[in-house]
Amino acid sequence: MRLRVHHETNYSYDSPVVATYQMLRLTPRAHDGQRVISWRVQTTHGHDLPSFIDGFGNIVHCHALNRRHKEAKILAIGEVETFAGDGIVRGAAEPMPPLFFLRNTALTMPDRAVETFAREVAGQLPPLAALHALMGTIRARIAYRTGVTDAATTAAEVLEKGCGVCQDHSHLFIAAARVLGIPARYVGGYFWPAADAEPYNAAHAWAEAFIDDLGWVSFDSTNGVCPTESHIRASVGLDYLGAAPVRGVRLGGASETLSVTVMVASIDQ
Amino acid sequence: MMGRETQAAAGHSAGFDEMHHAGACRAPYEIIRDWLEGLPPDFLLRKHAEAELLFRRIGVTFTVYSEGGDLERTIPFDIIPRVLDADEWAFLERGLRQRVRALNAFLVDIYNGREILRAGRIPQAPILLNASFRPEMQNFTPVHGAYTHVAGIDIVRLGPREFYVLEDNCRVPSGVSYMLENREAMTRLFPGLLGHHRVAPISHYPEELLDTLRSVAPPHCPGDPTVALLTPGIFNSAYYEHSFLADEMGIELVEGADLFIDDNIVFVRTTEGPRRVDVLYRRVDDDFLDPLTFRSDSTLGVPGLFGAYRAGNVTLANAVGTSIADDKSIYPYVPEMVRFYLGEEPLLANVPTFDCGRAEDFSYVLSHLEDLVVKEARGSGGYGMLVGPQASAAERETFAARLRARPGDYIAQPTLALSTCPTYVESGIAPRHVDLRPFVLVGKKIHIVPGGLTRVALREGSLVVNSSQGGGTKDTWVLETRC
Repeated sequence: MRLRVHHETNYSYDSPVVATYQMLRLTPRAHDGQRVISWRVQTTHGHDLPSFIDGFGNIVHCHALNRRHKEAKILAIGEVETFAGDGIVRGAAEPMPPLFFLRNTALTMPDRAVETFAREVAGQLPPLAALHALMGTIRARIAYRTGVTDAATTAAEVLEKGCGVCQDHSHLFIAAARVLGIPARYVGGYFWPAADAEPYNAAHAWAEAFIDDLGWVSFDSTNGVCPTESHIRASVGLDYLGAAPVRGVRLGGASETLSVTVMVASIDQ
Repeated sequence: MMGRETQAAAGHSAGFDEMHHAGACRAPYEIIRDWLEGLPPDFLLRKHAEAELLFRRIGVTFTVYSEGGDLERTIPFDIIPRVLDADEWAFLERGLRQRVRALNAFLVDIYNGREILRAGRIPQAPILLNASFRPEMQNFTPVHGAYTHVAGIDIVRLGPREFYVLEDNCRVPSGVSYMLENREAMTRLFPGLLGHHRVAPISHYPEELLDTLRSVAPPHCPGDPTVALLTPGIFNSAYYEHSFLADEMGIELVEGADLFIDDNIVFVRTTEGPRRVDVLYRRVDDDFLDPLTFRSDSTLGVPGLFGAYRAGNVTLANAVGTSIADDKSIYPYVPEMVRFYLGEEPLLANVPTFDCGRAEDFSYVLSHLEDLVVKEARGSGGYGMLVGPQASAAERETFAARLRARPGDYIAQPTLALSTCPTYVESGIAPRHVDLRPFVLVGKKIHIVPGGLTRVALREGSLVVNSSQGGGTKDTWVLETRC
C-alpha cells in the first residue's frame, strides 16, 4: 500500500521567543515492511536540517532557531510503500540487543498495580499469547480519550486513570511486558485507519515486544491489532521521551499555542 | 567472589610503612629522613602553620556536601612528602597505561560490537541494564577511540611490591589542582629542597592536558581547535579546580548559558561575537549536558549539544557514557578487559570484590560486615559507605537494613591495610594511611605526569582518605633516580 503523510506542527507564542532548539525523530527508515519513496523534514529554519543517526537507529534532525520569533513550524511530508505481513518487524536497523529493552524509565516504571495487572492478564500463557492478551485487555480497559493525560503521564498513572491516548496504551503495554520479563519498546509513527474509517488526525504510537524465535512483534493496543501495512514506523525508543517526534526547549516566550495536523492517505487508488 | 588473582590482598593485617620497613629506613625515604633530622625544633610546626595560610591565600577550597550549607574549607595539606623511586613509578606507569588502554578499548567495544559480551567474558545484564550504559552512544567511536581522556586511577599499596587498583575514575576525576598546588606549596615553603633531590617535575600537567584535548579535535574541526572548559558553575564542589585549570591552560571557562548551538555547531558568546568551539573539557555530568537528550529539566547544559557531538562537530572530554567503565559493579571485570583487549596479564591487580547483587556474595557480606568495606555501586566521594571494623554494632545493623532493601546497589571489599607514610600531626610525626590518584591523559597518545595526588587519612588508624571524610593530601615525589 502506498501511503502519503503530511504532518505539520505549528507553534505560536503570545510574546516573542528568543530561541528554539529541537530534536526531530520524524523520518521513517526502510525495513521489510516498508519502503520510503520520498520524505522530507523542514522547519522555519529554511534550509536542510543537520541530522544524525541515534543509538536506536533513528534518523534525528537537529533544529536550532537563534532569532526572535513568534511562530515556528515543523513539516514532515513523504510517501511510504507498506507491505502486508504478520506483524513481525524484520530487516530494521537493530543496534541495541533485545535484553536492553528490559530497562525501565520514569515513564514505564511499574508500580504494584501494574505488576499485578501484568501477571493476572498473562496467567500461565506462553509469551506470544500473553502479549495478545495484554493488548486486548488494555484496549478493553483503557478507554481512548484525549485531554486526560499528557506527555509526562506514566504507565502506572494510565492504569489508575483507566483512559488515555495511544502513547498511554503503549506505555502500559511496555511496562507490563517488561514485568513479564519480555523486552518491549516504544514505536512512534503514523497510522492509516482504512478508506471508509474515520480519519485519525494524529501521529500514532504503538509497542514492539521481543519473542525468542520470532523477533520483534508489533502490538497496537489502541486499535487492538498487530501493525502491518496500515502503520508507518518512524522511531523507536525505551519510551515516548526517547522516541518523541519532537523534543525541544525554547528560551523566553510566555504561553504557547500548539497545533498539530496529521493527514495519512492511501494513494493506491 | 570475583577477582581471583588478588587473593593475597585479604591476608594483611598491619599496614606496610613506606618509610620504615623491616627495621630500617627504605632507600627512597633516606632523603626525607636526613631532611627531617636536620631540622631545627619547631620548624615543622611553623611550616605547618605557614602552609595553612598559603592555601587560604590561594583560595584552594573544597565544598563538603554532608556538612550542610555551602561550607567551603581548605583540604589539610601535610608538609611531609610521599616518595616513590624511579623503579616503583616505572612499574606503576606501565600498569596504568595498560589499564587505561583496556578501559578505553572496553568503552569503544561496549558501544559498538560488544565483542566482550558475545565472547561471554562479561555477562550481558550488568552492562545493558545498568543506568550508566548510555544507549545514546551506540555506534559512536570518539576520536582516537578515547572515551576517558582524563582518568584518575586510585591505587593503594599493601607491600613493597604490592599495588592494587581500588577504583577507576573514568568520568570526571577531580583533584589534579591539589596535586599541582601541593607541589607549588612545597617549592615555596622549602626553597631548594626539591632541586636537591631530582624530583620529577609535574608543573607541565596543564600543557599536557591542553595538548591532549587539542589532539582529539573533532573530524569537522575547521583548523586550529578552540578548547573551552565547561563548568556547572560556582556552586560545584570542584569549581576552584575548573577555574584553576582553565586559567593554567589559557582557555575560556564557560557555563552552559555561555554556549549555544547553531546549524549543529557549538558557539561561545564573546564580546567580539560568537566563536566556534571544537573541544569541550566538560566537568558537567552526562545527565545534565543536553536537555534535548538527557534530563529535560537540566539548565546546566546546552540544548542540542549532543547532536553536534554525534555529528562530529565537537568533542566532549570525557566522552558521554564513560561512567559504565567506572561503575563499581563493572570494576571486577577490568582485569578481564586487559586480557581480552590487550592479550596481556594485568600488571595492576584488583581488590577482591563482592557483588551484593549475587546471592552467594550477598550472604557472605551480611555475615562478615565487621570485616568489610561496603560501598554503593554507583556512589563516589566516600558518602554512604560502611567501614565495618570501625563501625559500631548499631551502625552495622542500620547499614544491613539498607543492604537488604537494595542488595544490587552495593559492593563490598575486604578492609585493606593501606600503606602508611610519615605525616605531621599534633603529636609530631606519625604514620598515617595513604592512597594515590595518578592522572592518566588519553588523546592521540597516553601521557602520565609522574606521581599524582596522595591522599592521607589524618585520623590515627583511619582508612578513609576522601577529602569529604576528613582526609588530607601530600605532595608526591617521583625520584628521577633508582634507589
